[in-house]
Amino acid sequence: MNAPAQTAPAKINFVQGLHMALDEAMAADENVIALGEDIGDEQGGGVFKITKGLSTKYGRHRIRATPISEQAIIGAAVGAAIAGLRPVAEIMLMNFVTVAMDQIVNHAAKLRFMSGGQTNVPLVIRTTTGAGVGFGGQHSDMLEAWFAHVPGLKVVMASNPADAKGLLLSAIEDDDPVILIENILAYGQQGEAPPPGYRVPLGKAAIARAGTDVTVIAYGRAVNDALAVAEAMAGEGVSVEVVDLRTIAPFDEATVLASVEKTGRAVVVHEAVRAYGTGAEIASRIHEELFDTLKAPVGRIGSTYSPVPFSPPLEKAWIYSQAQISAAIRATIDFKRRA
Amino acid sequence: MPDQNAVPDRAILLDIFRRTTLINRSDERFRALLTQGKLAIVYYPVRGQEVLSAAMMAALRPDDYLITTYRGVGDQLAKGIPSKLLWAEFTGRATGTCKGKGGPMHITHPETGVMVTTGVVGSGLPIANGLAIASQNKGDGRVTVVSFGDGASNIGAFHEAMNMAQLWKLPVIFLCQNNKFGEHTAFADHTSVPSIVDRAAGYGMKGVKTDGNDPVAMYNTAKAAVDRARAGDGPTLIEAMTFRMLGHLFGADFSYVPKEMTAAGIADDPVPAFRRQLLEMQVAEAELAAIEAEVEAEIDEAVTFAMESPFPEVSELRLDVVAQEIAA
Ligand SMILES: Cc1ncc(C[n+]2csc(CCOP(=O)(O)OP(=O)(O)O)c2C)c(N)n1
Repeated sequence: MNAPAQTAPAKINFVQGLHMALDEAMAADENVIALGEDIGDEQGGGVFKITKGLSTKYGRHRIRATPISEQAIIGAAVGAAIAGLRPVAEIMLMNFVTVAMDQIVNHAAKLRFMSGGQTNVPLVIRTTTGAGVGFGGQHSDMLEAWFAHVPGLKVVMASNPADAKGLLLSAIEDDDPVILIENILAYGQQGEAPPPGYRVPLGKAAIARAGTDVTVIAYGRAVNDALAVAEAMAGEGVSVEVVDLRTIAPFDEATVLASVEKTGRAVVVHEAVRAYGTGAEIASRIHEELFDTLKAPVGRIGSTYSPVPFSPPLEKAWIYSQAQISAAIRATIDFKRRA
Repeated sequence: MPDQNAVPDRAILLDIFRRTTLINRSDERFRALLTQGKLAIVYYPVRGQEVLSAAMMAALRPDDYLITTYRGVGDQLAKGIPSKLLWAEFTGRATGTCKGKGGPMHITHPETGVMVTTGVVGSGLPIANGLAIASQNKGDGRVTVVSFGDGASNIGAFHEAMNMAQLWKLPVIFLCQNNKFGEHTAFADHTSVPSIVDRAAGYGMKGVKTDGNDPVAMYNTAKAAVDRARAGDGPTLIEAMTFRMLGHLFGADFSYVPKEMTAAGIADDPVPAFRRQLLEMQVAEAELAAIEAEVEAEIDEAVTFAMESPFPEVSELRLDVVAQEIAA
């Protein structure tokens, strides 16, 4: 055949990255299946079109478009995982995990331990969320801290399309349950296309930008905000290092601590409500390990302590801002110990 | 068994027509403003389901309770929420039903009995039981209606709530608006039985399937269920058949809906059919036109009120989280 060789695109977006990972994983291993609402081609290939084409390619036994039954989706995925499949269950929006919490927290997370290692649950839960869409209180929450707090669950979130692909592939290949959080507003975000077979190891952070004065630790879209702030502050002579956690739980303590040991200052940023967020754990670990060398207390930025409001000006005010990030960075630099 | 085809009083039919028109014209106005870029919200159209909501709510007392969903604008208007307050909430204004904090998916207006609007599929059903328990205990004679879609009958909450309601003979009506799609999934691809009403038998509950697009059948079915509940005879599951004439969301693609189905749905459009029916019953054209003009004027006023209303102050983020203000 003389068909022109298919050239891989130089840029991809999140939807393409996630689709590539699913396609590669399904092609490589027939035990990989997907379950979720509207994910089949008869339903248009998913609400965000991430699974478009896959049910036609791999069949309805492997791409299972489900009823609106989150508890049954995750429960079935747990069962299939125990029996040797590698299910990727999609929960359309993160708030709907609440309906399936028993299956996730009491079962997926614990069956390996409670069975004394006889069974394990190689399950991936993909879900999406994020404020700024105008969806209001029940469709926008970032709930990663709930899962991070449950021993047995891993939680990951990408800041760019290549990492989304690489994290999803690694999550599918992992032998334990992994929750991959996506952001609705980031689906169209473009980034470098990863090389074929690209994987991002779980539990490994990346230095998204090197710097010397202060470390900003973030994940998901907060990384992009941190990078924008770092760029702006470089002009003022402040050198900001940005650590992209990629895996939220268990987080890469070695990379985070090495960076903060170097800079002596740290700010943690996440979109989730600040109080009781993952930033508290990260900040606390830094304080415990680097108390002697820290030049200032670790700053924490998160969103407002209220449900996500609907009204556009309220929603805008609710979400953490780049201005808050730069203010927190400055506060670590201006910090003076009490005499 | 009351006659499903007995035609209600002319006054009742005109009341249903007014509610139908209000829903239909409001939905149309939302979509027009969205199309013109004068409004930017996530909007769940109710086109095709107007008569169903209008006839159900016409069978209720003003103080009866309602729980509905994101696709609830028809239910809410028909239940009596003033257009001004509803529009102000849909546009995020401080003057809205919920001070702009809840938004279109979370309308609450206790004055008209609208207690919860949920964005989570199926979650209204157990809460409806709780309202009904309160009525049962207080003996206030109120009936609770919980409205949901066909897709919602596959979630655990539906089944748990149905069993509990029947067990305790609660004054609640489970109103399933079967519009033949759950988001992008066709009914037959998500539900194991041919009719949702078949599920009532599993709980020993009375189930009635009706044509939600027929104002007479829908009203009679609703009225019978309301009377039953009010008399203390327990819950009813109503499966009201209708059709979602547009996509799941405003502007969303719905090419997954088979062409013939959309064509049949348009041919069966309940709103013009109801109008023709009234004319055939010798209701004067002028009388219907007057209702329509009144409704248009009400919507004009509501849109102006909403658009001219202020947005809430940012300090509102600290209020209503709990009873006490959150410290800044
Ligand atoms: C628990 C839960 N799962 C998924 C969703 C996303 N979702 C919103 S509406 C909808 C379809 C619901 O269909 P149906 O119950 O038939 O009601 P309709 O939208 O047709 O009125 C879905 C899946 C949700 N809101 N809640």
